[in-house]
Amino acid sequence: MTDVTGAPSPVSRIAAAVNALSTPAKALIGVAIVAVAFGFGSGLMLDVFFWEVFITGLLAGVMYALVALGFVLIFKASGIFNFAQGVLALFAALTLVGFQTGQIPFAHLINAIFGTKVHHFSDTGLPDVFAILATLLVMIALAWAVVHYIFQPLVNQPPIILFMATIGLAFVLEGTGDLMWGANVKVLDVGLPQGPSDTIIDATGMFLDKLELSAAVVAVVLVTVLTLFSQYTKMGRALRAVADDHQAALSVGISLQTIWWIVWSVAGIVALVAGMMWGAKSGVQFSLSLIALKALPVLMLGGFTSIPGAIVGGLIIGVGEKLFEFYIGPSIGGATENWFAYMLALLFLLFRPQGLFGEKIIERV
Amino acid sequence: MFYREAGEFKTSYAADHATFPIGFDFWRFWVVVGIAFLVVPFLINDYWEKAILLPFLIYALAAIGLNILTGYCGQVSLGTGGFLAVGAYACYKFMTGMDIHIPIGGGEYWSLILPPLNIALCVLLGGLTTAFVGVLFGLPSLRIKGFYLAVATLAAQFFLVWLFNKWEWTYNYSATGQITAGERDLFGILITGPNTEPWATYLFCLTFLFIFGWAARNLVRGRIGRQWMAIRDMDIAAEIIGVNPMAAKLSAFAVSSFYIGMAGALYFAVWNGAAEPTESFAIDKSFDVLFMIIIGGLGSITGSLIGAAFIVLLPVVFKNLFVGVLGWPTDIAEHLQIMTVGLLIILFLIKEPHGIASLWGTMKEKLRLWPFPY
Amino acid sequence: MKHADVAEAAADDRAYAHAEIDHGLNTRPIGDTLMEMRDIVLRFGGVTAIKGVSFDIKEGEIRAIIGPNGAGKSSMLNVINGFYHPQEGEVWFRGKKRGPLKPHQIARLGIARTFQNIALFKGMTTLDNIMTGRLTAMKRNLFWQALWAGPAEQEEIEHRAAVEKIIDFLEIQHIRKIPVGRLPYGLQKRVELGRALAAEPRLLLLDEPMAGMNVEEKEDMCRFILDVNDEFQTTIALIEHDMGVVMDIADRVVVLDYGAKIGDGTPDAVRQNQQVIDAYLGVSHD
Repeated sequence: MTDVTGAPSPVSRIAAAVNALSTPAKALIGVAIVAVAFGFGSGLMLDVFFWEVFITGLLAGVMYALVALGFVLIFKASGIFNFAQGVLALFAALTLVGFQTGQIPFAHLINAIFGTKVHHFSDTGLPDVFAILATLLVMIALAWAVVHYIFQPLVNQPPIILFMATIGLAFVLEGTGDLMWGANVKVLDVGLPQGPSDTIIDATGMFLDKLELSAAVVAVVLVTVLTLFSQYTKMGRALRAVADDHQAALSVGISLQTIWWIVWSVAGIVALVAGMMWGAKSGVQFSLSLIALKALPVLMLGGFTSIPGAIVGGLIIGVGEKLFEFYIGPSIGGATENWFAYMLALLFLLFRPQGLFGEKIIERV
Repeated sequence: MFYREAGEFKTSYAADHATFPIGFDFWRFWVVVGIAFLVVPFLINDYWEKAILLPFLIYALAAIGLNILTGYCGQVSLGTGGFLAVGAYACYKFMTGMDIHIPIGGGEYWSLILPPLNIALCVLLGGLTTAFVGVLFGLPSLRIKGFYLAVATLAAQFFLVWLFNKWEWTYNYSATGQITAGERDLFGILITGPNTEPWATYLFCLTFLFIFGWAARNLVRGRIGRQWMAIRDMDIAAEIIGVNPMAAKLSAFAVSSFYIGMAGALYFAVWNGAAEPTESFAIDKSFDVLFMIIIGGLGSITGSLIGAAFIVLLPVVFKNLFVGVLGWPTDIAEHLQIMTVGLLIILFLIKEPHGIASLWGTMKEKLRLWPFPY
Repeated sequence: MKHADVAEAAADDRAYAHAEIDHGLNTRPIGDTLMEMRDIVLRFGGVTAIKGVSFDIKEGEIRAIIGPNGAGKSSMLNVINGFYHPQEGEVWFRGKKRGPLKPHQIARLGIARTFQNIALFKGMTTLDNIMTGRLTAMKRNLFWQALWAGPAEQEEIEHRAAVEKIIDFLEIQHIRKIPVGRLPYGLQKRVELGRALAAEPRLLLLDEPMAGMNVEEKEDMCRFILDVNDEFQTTIALIEHDMGVVMDIADRVVVLDYGAKIGDGTPDAVRQNQQVIDAYLGVSHD
């Protein structure tokens, strides 16, 4: 009821005016804006570059959405805004590469302490399937430790304290990951196709990366599975109950610890998938953890509690930043991708503080 | 036994709300200040200046700034790095002098030609410029709260760093994209540039910290501080008892950014002598300062100082211990240090959300009754 | 307490009150209209919380707002202090029609309140909490505040003196320097009253000041409310569920049910009102 409280500010007055319009009127205005934009860009419509940028943006958006999804899952079930999601993806990718190549965890540390020279337990490493399975187990164990040692003692703390705790967790994971597997840049290859797709070039003249296309497919599958899981399984129902009201969920016999463990495990698995995609794209290194920073504006746009929001938000930001960079970027110096998403989200939030699909915030006294 | 308030009776409200109501604290504080101003300058050398004392003083100033915003007013900000950059670049522009020409129509320009200004003034102006920018990026706080706001402040971080990368005027069109502090003096004593004396830069920064630390302490115990804390603890109730949320939040952003801006100016001009946006003011600076106030104590001026000392000293200790004594590779020491910081953050949030400052308070409580705890 | 007991106690009190008036002991002046609500309508989306309610509050009186749960009492209080803005109707305060002011502006007009669920500033001490009640009266700007010595300190001391009077009045000297988060519920309620009093309001709104208290604490709170009204001539509007208390201390009572006004008058008159009896004893609404 933020519109009711306090006398209206100029911004909220405009927002209120927009809200006051009937739905068809809103739709008309929306269509008008889009039509004008496309009128200006009608030349673009026929331009193959425009579509290439547009689709590259969409594909990047899918990758953002993939990371954002991990955030939404944890936020819905525990009210924790998990800043460590990006580092979780880095950690997962590092672990996967470690198993694939047969590294011994903490080799550097062991060597430093004991003066030994261990580094690999096997020259060939584990086969991909076993490496992925082993990484999954690590992520699930990690989820247990995180819930048990960090968030159980912090139950009932204000959300902002939990948020700061996840920043701490991000640092712990970053340090641990580097200590376990070394900080050098690693190549991750799980057999995903690479390089520009020839069939698409032949058909349309657009350069699209096969890896990005397959990432999009994986993301779509993952989202579908998660949605089905949360809508149609008993566990999913419990999960939504916890999201709605911790106390009430407890009182009907749902174990918070177990639910949180599951949620963090799922988030860990999503992180593993995201880490695999991004790692295959640009190598496994520290910068991989920064994709979390890309996912944050996606969340602000889509709302922290909505899975469709994460996807739509990801797509909007992916397309928006690529188009902005391509058409406006050169005139203001380029490299606008770093902040464009944030500015977009910020402007958007001024009009709709709860995001596109978020639940309306009701204030009471 | 050693530390007690028995026998201390307050006879006026002024004595009761004093910063150090207990005589022992009062004297100890002034002894520390005395040593800092009168003894340390004679002992200081280059290593202590560049590796420990200057970073401590400068980060302490930034931590006080962020603590005003986050610890006192409850608005979490991750944009500290960006605001440090504003302070640094503003200071640079005022140091080198500027010509500003703003077209006012009809081919006419409104022109302002500023000569290079005195370094102390530049630092203050750097702070004021940052205060202005801080208010701009604080505007969303009127509509959004909590970690929505924290994420929104990241916009400041990324946008400002990008701006100083791309906007050539801010770095005087230098080919490297770096800004470098030329030689500037105060009363004939060099403060910036490569040929400074350790004691001079130290005293310069210490004076800033002392004056503005004191001012911050006064702000948080008076009307304005209570407004901030009221907003932090329960914003709706605060508004209903008559706190104007806009004034309270924006004043917190302004004051906080003013401090961070001064810290940025000192960081660039006095400590490092040079800066460029992507490395010097990256997002890890934002985290560093946030960690200082979490570990030191949210909502405590003393805590800001303790936290700054802690985060500045930790890498030094780790490096000396693991690399110097044990002979381990540097990167392992670094990773261990990152891990330790993370663990400490979590530990403090769980065990002692008010940081070391409150641990200290608890210890004093116990000491007061020692050796008879009942 | 059984109903018979309550009625008996109330009858006693009434007799005592009449005796007071008869002997000229109760000389509380009830003045002109301080605040008037005219046809207030408040909607949240499709729900209408208040349906065209009008009533007035006279200077110096204790006005009670009662009604079953969900009757719109708290919403009415929120309208009075500007937290909610009614879609229809007018609010008149001190003879003037009040515009759409923000809550903090309304606080400056001289309206203070307490909350149903305590809304103290948990991180601050009792003293600081009550000092926040003086915020609207304090003027020194940022510069003087930072300098402290001089005008700012002077101002602080003046207001501290006023706050200490309230602390004495509410008998909470011993918890002056304790963070309010650590205080028991009853004391927190008292501190909250103190914070509202510190603003020296013309109109004091109390949202269930006695909810969740034991008999002893209720008696204390009643005493404070009556004393405030008596000593500072503060006009009080209060919501309370304890009928014994309401009938005892209120001068006039307005009764809400499902967002509409169903009774208004002296405690005695309201007690006789058939609609009110129905609402409380649960006659079906069809």
